[in-house]
This record gives sequence, C-alpha cells and structure tokens, in this order.
Amino acid sequence: MKYFKYLVLGIAFGITLTKAEVVSWYRIYEMFKFQSFHMYGVIGSAVVLGIIITQIIKRTKMKSMSGDVIDIPPKKFSYPRYLIGGTIFGLGWAMTGACPGPMFILVGNGFLVMLVAIASGLLGTYVYGRLRHRLPH
Amino acid sequence: MLEFINQPWPWWVAGPIIALVMFSLLYFGNNFGVSANFRNMCSMLGGGKSCEFFDFDWRKQTWNLVFVLGTVIGGFIAAQFLMLETQIGISEATKSDLVGLGIANPGAEILPPEIFSFESLLSLKGIIIIIVGGFLVGFGTRYAGGCTSGHAISGLSDLQPASLLAVVGFFIGGLAMTWLIIPSLYTL
Repeated sequence: MKYFKYLVLGIAFGITLTKAEVVSWYRIYEMFKFQSFHMYGVIGSAVVLGIIITQIIKRTKMKSMSGDVIDIPPKKFSYPRYLIGGTIFGLGWAMTGACPGPMFILVGNGFLVMLVAIASGLLGTYVYGRLRHRLPH
Repeated sequence: MLEFINQPWPWWVAGPIIALVMFSLLYFGNNFGVSANFRNMCSMLGGGKSCEFFDFDWRKQTWNLVFVLGTVIGGFIAAQFLMLETQIGISEATKSDLVGLGIANPGAEILPPEIFSFESLLSLKGIIIIIVGGFLVGFGTRYAGGCTSGHAISGLSDLQPASLLAVVGFFIGGLAMTWLIIPSLYTL
C-alpha cells in the first residue's frame, strides 16, 4: 500500500503527458524547429512553478511526509559530463521523439514498438555503466 | 468539465501538473527522475553481477519503478478513455516540413506510422531511429546523470548550473539531430 501513491502520481503524469501531446514525436520535432510555443510553455511553466516550490521548500525548511526536512542535494558541477552526456541524450531525444518518461507512456498508448526503444535504452545505460571509468566526467 | 478533459490540454495545464508531480515526489521523500529507472531495471535484470554500477539494492528504488508502471497505466487510460481525437495540433510550418521528409499525414496520429511500427524495424531507417535512438537516450541520460525530468524540470527548478549545462547539451544534440541529421535520415 505504501507504493500506491506513486502509482497514482505515475498515472497522473502519464495522462497529462498524453493529453498535452508531450509524448508525440511531432511535438518534439516542432520544438527543435522552433515552430510552436507549446513545448516551451509546458517545460517553462513547470520550471517557473518548480522554482517557486523549491524556494518555498528550502526557505521554510519544509518537512517531508515522514517528518524529515526535505533534502535536495546539489549536483556537482563539471563540464564534460553534462555537456557530452546531455548532447548524446539530445540526439536520441530528437531521433525517437521521446525522452524516457514518454517512452513508457507510449507503451500504455499502445505503441508496443517503444518496448524495443526501451530495451535499447537499457542496453545504452548498461554500456555506459561498463565504460564510465574511461569517460571524462 | 468532461468536454475540457477530452480536448488536448494546453501547456498551462500540463506544466503546473508536472511541477506538482515533482513536488509530491519531494514531499514523499524522493525525487523526480524517470531515467534512473533504466539503471534500476539493469540492476533488477542482474547487471550488478557483471558491473559494479548496477550492484546496488534496486528494491530501495521500488517507488520509482511503481511510478513508471503508473505512467504506462496513465498512457493507457488517456488513450482508451480520454481521447476524442488523436490529431496532434502541430503548426502548419511543421506539417509542410514533414511532408517534405516523406511523412504522409503529419499529426494525424501521435507518432508517424511510417517509422514507429514493428514493420519499420525491418528497414534501415526504422532500426536506426528506434534502436540507435533508444540506445543514445539510455547512454546519454545516465552519462549526464538525468533526463528531462531530472535536469530540465527538477534541476532547473533548483537553479543548478549543472542542470542548465545538461539542458544546453540536450539542445545541442536535439538541434543537430533535427536540422542536420533527420533530413537525410528520414528520407533514407
């Protein structure tokens, strides 16, 4: 039962990204072509509200459900990791039109071929795990 | 109300809901990051035996795997009960660009059927887009330590310079693919 709330959140996320067409390959192509405000509106409004929420959490030292102060760990800054890793992901994102969330949501939408993309994504993550000591971070 | 739900949702509905999902996960003592599940699944499938990166107790990440299961169910519910039409409201400019790339009815369905089907896996174009594309997503997200949810939403919300750099990377890759590679790839 303690996992039920995560299931509900996932369902809300899956419905929202489907209904707002974020899972559509066309919307991602259109975004990278700068031909519509839609995707920028989705991500931008999420970030603006997210900044407000995060600031409130930090300034009020808000407690989580379990009573501990909510901890948002900072990410260690470096150039190669985020720039190279981010670029590789960006290439795949524009190609498949799906970041990891939409890949799973599209399976629910009935596009079972996305299971192949997910399997390939698992392999990509595994290969990263094997090579990571040799990559610049 | 029902009429509103059945229409495509505007950005100003979707964005705030995504932010609230992020907040709920923080409130429950976790964080918002879908791509971490690729790593969790590698661990679940026994990847820890051959690679220490996957040698951790994935059961502690069960909440995130349940979240992903929920997203699949959410996609199913939306597709089955909440879509009066699947027409995607992309701009006319986008449609005409895509017709030029050989996509017959851009926006008629969620995904271009010419590419996202099992039959297309028999063609070089389909193999590259689905299999190589999926691989790049899995490799790149873990290298960068997050995807759209972890960096573009959670990281930017926390004003993390690392996430801003990651998002710059997402766009370098995405723009290069869309403007330089897709025109030749999709007309293969």
